[in-house]
Amino acid sequence: MDWLTTVDHKKIGILYLIAGGFFFLVGGLEALLIRIQLWKPLNDFVSADTYNELITMHGTTMIFLAAMPMLFALMNAVVPLQIGARDVAFPFVNALGFWTFFFGAVLLNVSWFTSTGAPAAGWTAYAPLSGPAFSTGHGMDYYVLGLQIAGIGTLIGGINFLVTIINMRAPGMTFMRMPMFTWASFITSALILFAFPALAVGLAALMFDRVFDANFFDPNNGGNAVLWEHIFWIFGHPEVYILILPAFGVISEVISTFSRKRLFGYSSMVFATILIGFLGFMVWAHHMFTTGLGPVANALFSIATMLIAVPTGIKIFNWIFTMWGGSIKFTSANLYAVGFIPTFVMGGVTGVMLAAAPADFQYHDTYFVVAHFHYVIVGGLILGIFSGLHYWWPKMFGRILNETLGKWTFWMFYIGFHLTFFIQHFLGLLGMPRRIWTYLDGLGFNEMNLISTIGAIMMGIGTIMFILNVVITNAKPQNAADDPWEDGRTLEWTIPSPPPEYNFKQTPLVRGYDAYWKEKMDGHKGMTPAEPIGSIHMPSPSILPFTMSLGLFITGFGLMYSRDWTFITEHIGFYIAGLGLLITFGSMFLRSVYDDHGFHIEPEELEDKGVKA
Amino acid sequence: MSSHSHAEGQLPHEPEKATLEGRNKVLGFWLFLGGETVLFGTLFSAFLALRHQVLDGPQPNELFKLSLVAAATAILLTSSLTSVFAIQALHNHNVKALINWLIVTVVLGLGFLGLEIYEFYHYVHEGHGFTTSAFSSSFYTLVGFHGAHVAFGIVWISSIIGQLMKKGLTVVTAPKVYVAGMYWHFIDVVWVFIFTVVYLMGKVV
Ligand code: HEM
Ligand SMILES: [Cu+2]
Repeated sequence: MDWLTTVDHKKIGILYLIAGGFFFLVGGLEALLIRIQLWKPLNDFVSADTYNELITMHGTTMIFLAAMPMLFALMNAVVPLQIGARDVAFPFVNALGFWTFFFGAVLLNVSWFTSTGAPAAGWTAYAPLSGPAFSTGHGMDYYVLGLQIAGIGTLIGGINFLVTIINMRAPGMTFMRMPMFTWASFITSALILFAFPALAVGLAALMFDRVFDANFFDPNNGGNAVLWEHIFWIFGHPEVYILILPAFGVISEVISTFSRKRLFGYSSMVFATILIGFLGFMVWAHHMFTTGLGPVANALFSIATMLIAVPTGIKIFNWIFTMWGGSIKFTSANLYAVGFIPTFVMGGVTGVMLAAAPADFQYHDTYFVVAHFHYVIVGGLILGIFSGLHYWWPKMFGRILNETLGKWTFWMFYIGFHLTFFIQHFLGLLGMPRRIWTYLDGLGFNEMNLISTIGAIMMGIGTIMFILNVVITNAKPQNAADDPWEDGRTLEWTIPSPPPEYNFKQTPLVRGYDAYWKEKMDGHKGMTPAEPIGSIHMPSPSILPFTMSLGLFITGFGLMYSRDWTFITEHIGFYIAGLGLLITFGSMFLRSVYDDHGFHIEPEELEDKGVKA
Repeated sequence: MSSHSHAEGQLPHEPEKATLEGRNKVLGFWLFLGGETVLFGTLFSAFLALRHQVLDGPQPNELFKLSLVAAATAILLTSSLTSVFAIQALHNHNVKALINWLIVTVVLGLGFLGLEIYEFYHYVHEGHGFTTSAFSSSFYTLVGFHGAHVAFGIVWISSIIGQLMKKGLTVVTAPKVYVAGMYWHFIDVVWVFIFTVVYLMGKVV
C-alpha cells in the first residue's frame, strides 16, 4: 500500500526501476525468440505473423517501456540529490507520471493475450500498414492507446524535472556548477517536452482513423501516409537523444569519479549537450531518404545529420582526456563506462555512413541498420544504464552490488553484445533484409546468423547474472557508507545511503563545481549548511495518481472494443470508456477540492528514515 | 513553504509567486504551454497538409460562414480581456471582483462553445461529417481539440471559483487562478491562428 501511494521521488525511482527492469526482461525475451527464429535458414519456430508481432513489441517495449523508465529511475533517484533539493517540484505529478506509464505499459502488453494478437506493424507503425485496412485486429489499437497513456506520464515527468532543476537548486548551485548527469537530464526533459506532444497528435490521429473512421493517413480517402512518417520522426529522432543524453551524463559522472579527476572540458560538455539536443530536432527526415522527398531535402537533412558528429566527438574526446593521466579504478561501473566509449564510437561511425543519403539507399531496411541502432542503443544506452545502476546502487539501496559478479556480468554481456551485432553489419551489407521472418539457405547468411544468436543468448545470461547479483546483494545488510566509492564528487555522496525521506537535513551551500570534491580538497569533512536545522515540510502520500491512471486504462480498453461488444446493448465499450473517464476526472476533482497541506518533520525527529526496499 | 503562515489580509502583492509551490506551478505551466504549442503546431501542420483533400464533401469556401465565426472570435477575445481584469483584481486582493470577472469569463466561454456546437451541427447537415474527407477529419480534429480545451477551461475555472468562494484568496488559491488565466490566454491565441489559417485562408484559397 505504501508503494501505491508514495510521492517520494526516491521510492518512485525504485518503482520505475522495478517496472522498467521487468519490461526489459519481456523485451529481451522477445529478442531471444526473434533470434531463435533466425538461427538457421527456413526455420519454422514462429510463424510470420508472430514474428511481426515479436519485432513490433520488442522495439516498442524496449524503447518506451524499458529504456525510458530505467532512465527515469536514475533521474528520480539522483537529480534532486545532485542539486541539493529536498524533493522534486511536483511530487504528486511525479507519482502520476509513474502510474500512467505503468498502466499504459500493461495495456500494451494485454494485447498478447487477446484473440487478435499483439500489434504487428513495426514499432514505427507506418501508415497505411497500421491503419484499419491492413491491421484489422485490435493489436494496433493497443499500440495507439497504450502508448498514448504511457506518453502522458513521460511528458509530465519531463516537466517535473525541468521545474525541479530550474527552481530548486541549493544556494550556490549555479547552472555552470551543475553535475553533468543533471545537465543531461535537463536537456532530455526539454526534448521530451517538445517531442512527445507531436507523438500524442500522431497517435490520436491514428486512433481516430482506426476507431472513428477518420481519413488522416489513408490515401484512398485523401489521407497522406507520408504525413505519418513526418509526425512520427519529428518525435522519433529526438527520442533517440532523449535516450542517449542521460547515458552520456552517467558516463561523465562515472569516468570522472573513477579517474579521480575533474571532468575534462566541462563547459564544452554542457555546450555539446545543448547543441545535440537542438540538432536532434533538425534531422528527422534522415529516416525518410527513400520516401522520395527529393534531392534537395535529402541533401539538407544529410548534412544536418552529419553535423551532430561534431558535438558528439567533443564529448568522446573529453571523456578520453578525463581518463588520461588519471588514477583509474576499474570498478564494474567504470568497466561499463569505459566499454561504452568504443562501442558508441562505432555506432556513431555507422550513423554517419547512414546519413549519406545515396549510401542509405543501399543500407535501407537491411541488417546494417539493425546493427547500427543496436550499437547505439544497447552499446550506448544499456551500457550506460548498467554503469549508472552499479554506481548509484549503494545510494539507492544502501548496499553495494557484488563487484566480482559485476565484472563477470560485464564481460558476459559485452562479449555477447559484440558477437550479436558486429556481424550484423556484414549481414546487412550482403543484403539480408530486416523485418522478414526467415531467409533462404545458400545465401551465405547461415553461419553469421548462428553466431548472432549465440551472442544474444550470452546477453541473456549476462542479464540473468545481473538479477542474481541483485538478489544476492539484497540479502546483505544495508551497510554502504555515505560515500562508498570514497571518491564521490557530487552532493548525493554527502548524505546517508539510502537517503532519509527529506534528503538533506540542512540544505548545503555549494561553493564550486564538484561541490563535495571541492570541500574535500579544502580539507573540510562535509558541506557547509546554508540554513539552520528547522522543521521540514513534506507532501503527504496519495492514492489518487493510481486511480487517475487506472481510469485512463479502463478508458483505453473500452474505446478499443467500442464496436465489438454488444452483448447487453450497443456500444458497451463507450460506456466502459465513460466509466474510466469518470474515475479519472473524479480523482482530479478530489485532488483539486481537498488541499494537501502535507506534514512537517520537526527537528527532534530528524533521525534517519531511509527508503526501505 | 508553509502555506498557513500568511493570514488573510497580509497577502503579498503577487500572491501567486509568494511560495516556492506557487513559483513552481507558474513555471511548470509555462513549460506545459510550450508542449501545448507543439501539440497545436502538429495539428496545424496536419490540417495544412490535408485541407485540399475534400473528396465529395463541401469546399471550405462553400462551408464557412464568416459572420458566425467572427462573432465567436469576438466573444472569445472579450473573455481574454475579462480574464485580465480578473488577474488585476487578484493583484488588488479584491476577491469579490476576482470572482465576478471569472464568472463573466466562464459565461463568455460558454457562449463561444455554444456557437461552435451550433456551427458543427450546421456543417454536418451540409454534408461535412467527421469521416467525409481528409479535410473534414483534420478540420474537426484541430478545431475540436481547441473546443475541448475551451470546455476543459470552463470546468477548471468554475472549480476555482468554487474554491475562491470557500477559501478566499490565499497563497494556495492565487497560483491556481493565475495559471488558469495563462491557460485561457493561450486558448485565445490558438484561436486567432485557427481563425486565420482555417477560416480566412479557407475563404480565399
Ligand atoms: C539486448 C539484446 C537485444 C537483441 C538480441 C535484439 C535483437 C533484435 C532483433 C533481432 C530485431 C529485429 C530486427 C528486424 O528484423 O528488423 C530487433 C529490432 C529492434 N530492436 Fe532490438 N535487440 C536487443 C535489444 C534492444 C534494445 C535494448 C532496444 C532499445 C532500447 C532495441 C530496439 C530495437 C528496435 C527499435 C527494433 C526495431 C523493431 C522494428 O523493426 O519495428 N533492441 N532487435
Ligand atoms: Cu534519426
